Formats: sequence, C-alpha cells, structure tokens
Amino acid sequence: MSETTKALDAQVAADAAAAEEARPSRLRQLVATPIMATLAFLAVLLLAFSILAPGKFGTTSNLTLLAQNVAILTVASVGTTFVIATAGIDLSIPSGIILGEVFAAQALMMISAGDGKAIDVPADQTRAGYVLAALAGALVAGLVIGAVNGVLVAYMRIPPMLATLGTLGAGLGVALLIRKGVNVATYALNPVATGTLIPGVPGLTNLVLIGLIVVVIGYVALHHSVFGRHTLAIGSSEEAARRVGLRVERHLLKVYVLGGLANGFAGFLSLAYFSTTSVGGHTTDNLQAITAVALGGTSLFGGVATILGTLIGVWIPAVLQNGFIIIGVNPYWQMIAVGIVLVLAVWSDQLRRRSQNRR
Amino acid sequence: MDREDEFMATPAHPETPLLSLRGVTKSFGAVDVLKGVDLDAWSGKVTALVGDNGAGKSTLIKGIAGIYGFDGGTYTFEGQPAQVASPKQANDLGIEVVYQDLALCDNLDVVANMFLGREALSGGTLDEATMEQRANETLKGLSVRTLKSVRQNISSLSGGQRQTVAIARAVLWNSKLVILDEPTAALGVAQTEQVLNLVRRLADNGLAVILISHNMNDVMQVADNVAALYLGQMAAQVSTAQLDRARIVELITSGRSGDIGLSAKEVAL
Repeated sequence: MSETTKALDAQVAADAAAAEEARPSRLRQLVATPIMATLAFLAVLLLAFSILAPGKFGTTSNLTLLAQNVAILTVASVGTTFVIATAGIDLSIPSGIILGEVFAAQALMMISAGDGKAIDVPADQTRAGYVLAALAGALVAGLVIGAVNGVLVAYMRIPPMLATLGTLGAGLGVALLIRKGVNVATYALNPVATGTLIPGVPGLTNLVLIGLIVVVIGYVALHHSVFGRHTLAIGSSEEAARRVGLRVERHLLKVYVLGGLANGFAGFLSLAYFSTTSVGGHTTDNLQAITAVALGGTSLFGGVATILGTLIGVWIPAVLQNGFIIIGVNPYWQMIAVGIVLVLAVWSDQLRRRSQNRR
Repeated sequence: MDREDEFMATPAHPETPLLSLRGVTKSFGAVDVLKGVDLDAWSGKVTALVGDNGAGKSTLIKGIAGIYGFDGGTYTFEGQPAQVASPKQANDLGIEVVYQDLALCDNLDVVANMFLGREALSGGTLDEATMEQRANETLKGLSVRTLKSVRQNISSLSGGQRQTVAIARAVLWNSKLVILDEPTAALGVAQTEQVLNLVRRLADNGLAVILISHNMNDVMQVADNVAALYLGQMAAQVSTAQLDRARIVELITSGRSGDIGLSAKEVAL
C-alpha cells in the first residue's frame, strides 16, 4: 500500500510539474484572456481614430458624447449579460426599450400638471413625482416583457432565441398600437439624463453616472452574490444545478425578468436623453448589446460571464460608428465592422472552449 | 428455518448499524423491482453494494436518498425510524449521494462547486474566504493532495480529480452516510487507486460508506462487507473476509454461493 502511495505521489508531482511547464507566461496569459484582448482592441481603435482625426475624435466633448451614447446601451447590456450567462439570449431588447419609452410617456400623459399634462412641462418645471411615475411605467413594461420571456423559456421550454424573437415582434407591435404609430416628445425627464448630480467631473452627466451605477450593481450581483453564482451554475450545467437543489425554472424566470427590467430602464433613459419615444427605432440594439457582451468575454454558451468585459465591449460598436463618421467613412461600414467583430469574438470563444475540453 | 436464513441473521459487523433497511419493497407499475430487501451500513465501514444490471441497485439507492419513497418495509437511521420522502430529508439526516455522472459545473471552480446551493454569506454577499478555507480543510481532512488549487475550474481537472471534488462536496456537510455510485467506472489505473484510497479514508474518518461497484478488485480492496442484490432480493450481506472474487460473482449471477445466499426456493421466485 505504501509503495502504491509513493508511486502515486511521484506521479502527482510529475503531473504538477508538467502543468507548470505548460503554463504560458504571465503576459501571454493576460493577453489571452478575452477581456484584455477586447481592452487592447478598444485602445487600438481609440488611438487610431485619434491619429486619423486629430483635434476632432479625441476631444473631451466628443468622448463625452460617446459616453452618453454608450450609457443607455450599457444598461441593457448589463441585463443581457445575465441572460447570456445562463446560455440564453434576449433578442427582445429593442421592444423592451421601446415599450419602456412608451409606457413612461403614457404615465406622464396621465398626470395633470397645471393646465395640461406632465408630458408637456418644460425641463425646468418638472418634478420628482413625474420622473418617478415615468420610471415606474418603464419598469412595468420591462417587467412584463421579461416575465413573458421567462415563462416561455423556463416553464414552456421554448428555445430562448425563438421565445424572445416572438416577444421582439409582439412588443414592437404593442408599442405601435399604443402610440398609433406616432412618436411623442417630452422634456419632462431631461434633467435625469443631462443634469450633473456630481458637478466638476468632465463628462460625468447623470446619464453616464447612472450607467456606471448599473455596472457596479451588475458587477456585485453577478460576481459576489448567490444570485449571480446560481446564474453561472445554471449556464454551466443545468443538471448539476438541479441536482444540488437549485430551482432552475424559477431562477431562469428571475434572470429574464432582470433582463426585461434593464431594458425597460434603458427605455426610460432613452426617453430622458432623446426627449422623444422612438417606435420603429432601436432596431439593432439587440445586435449591439449581444455583440458588446460577447466581445467582453461572456460566453454565448453560458457559464462564463463578466460585467467589466461588457462595460468594455459596449464601447466598441459605438467607437466604430462615431469614428467612421468623424473620419468621413460611410457609417454604414460600422454595421459591417460590428458584424465581423461579433463573429470573431464568438469564434475565439469556441477555440478557447475546444482547447479547454482537449484535456 | 434452514441454514441460509440463520446465516442471513448474522450481521457482517457486531456494532449497531447507522442505516438499517428491513424488507423494503418498491414497484413500478406491475414490476416489483425490490422484493423485501434488507441492508445495513455501519459508521466507519465500507459496504459494497453489488448486483447485476437490473438487480435493483439504483432503485435501492434512490430510495435511500429520498428520490422516491419505498412502498413497504422499515427505514431506520441511527436507531430511529426515519421518513425519507425527498432528497432534502435525506440530506438533513446526513445522507449524501455521489452519482456516477458527478454533475459538476465545468465553468465554476472547485470551491463554487463544493458550496453550490449552500453558499456561505457575509453581509449578503458571497463569503469566498470562508468557503475557500472550509474547502481546503475538507480536502486536507481527506488527505487529498492531487488538487493544486481549489480555485481551479472543474474543466481543467482530470476524471479522478473531478471524482475527488464530488466526494469532498458530499462530506463537507457533516454527512454520516455517503453513497458512491460507481466512482471508478470511468477512471484509469492510477486514478482508480487514488479514489479507492479516498473511499477508504472516508470510512476511516468515521463515515458510513455504501459503494456501488461492478469491479470485484475495487470491492475486495476497500469493502468491509458486501451486500449482493439478486433480482430484487438481497442474496447476502456478509463480511468481505468470508468471500473471494469467485463467490461474489456467484452471488451476483445466481443469488447463492455454497452455504451463503438465497435458498434454492427463493432463487426460483
């Protein structure tokens, strides 16, 4: 017995040594992690556009604009990071956002303000109550569409791609019906987006601040809470999660509701920033959000997810678009570039998985 | 009363068993899978549960683990009659099962897997330090030296290491009885040896172990007693010292071996 043990120990030591040898250098390891690769790619893009458009791209005002544009998509992307972490997908992001806008606008229309309605008050006469009512409307919209997604996926076992494709179309239809196909403008929510709660920091408008807060909440929820741990476990192996007693269906429902709420909230922010609903708009927000999440290193096959990666990934489509416009390239090229980048990101995820499973 | 029955009445170990089943039955529709099975498991002992495919091993294990209840018979745990109708109730008693397919989350690390569903918290967030420490202590208590770090992802582990993690997870919760379903079935020689050593240490640490195995070498090497199921009946549960490979195989294939096992009449049932 002791001889066997000795032989075993020797083998274990040999295994460990071999593993040590096979381990690549620190630097190569760092670059090999998707989040670092994406960060490097983003840095290259920023540098390239700064050189190609000196005095135009790298300015504080342009970068502030970029941050504003990115903030709304960041909120939706943080929510969808959780969905993708379960090996799911949410194509209904646009309808969540648009319904959020529409419900927020409808809420403002129901509130009397002086002679008219809250939706018509100018930005400097708005009240916290109006803002909260609009926020509640947007969150209700997100909650409903998220809950429908969750029930379809978790309890009715419809593949997420098709379930959310259904709610994408149906949600847009509902928004058009409510608005009768006509957008409505409001300035009542402007201070939410354009004001500065913390003055003195360049670029840190409320919109950007809110985006950052959402990222922090998402980070803690995904990486340091039981909720996030169970989300990753279900994405990694539903059977293993079930075996240890996790209520998989209920958890999936919660994740899709969370995704819906994030989209509804993004709709609220969109209405606040653009001062108008946008039925018929936002059509590629799902593509952009999924691209951002995948670029950040979250695996579309579930079980691996990173909020910080999403925060970095969300900048790439925006920087490409903004940069192309500034250097005078037809911005339609951005769509092509984003498509290529998305496929490359997923491909590298595939390669990573294959090399992991080779053991 | 004939000789066989007298022999069955002699327990494999003198101590009071931790788990004691008497005459348990289970039917699925018209099929009687368990026809009055007796089984004992003792703290500090490894009980090998052997039997051919379809003998009722899985049904017996699932009944013990509370996946479903037995139809009849008595279930005694620590000398008390126990009602075990759900996996939760079995866990509460201190019964843990390591299934053959392990069911670990590949993308999570060892600590996360060991604590999945029962995470330690501090201030509402995951208490990684405590979980890591307890995982390390548990592995150390089992003299596991094959894992370099408890922060490795499961996907980077070998089959034997995965089995080790699954077993360590089962003993983390002050469990008293650990049931292992063919833990060495998919392993190479060296890894089988590691896992069998681990199984032995579980018993040496005072746990009751039920080991399901088709491998007679494994059984002879680590089991203190052998319980052989034959077509839904317990052919015999006797001390390993009274058996050799050939006799175990005989018990598995024909329900009796020499003076041990079912009587000719019972075999015919």
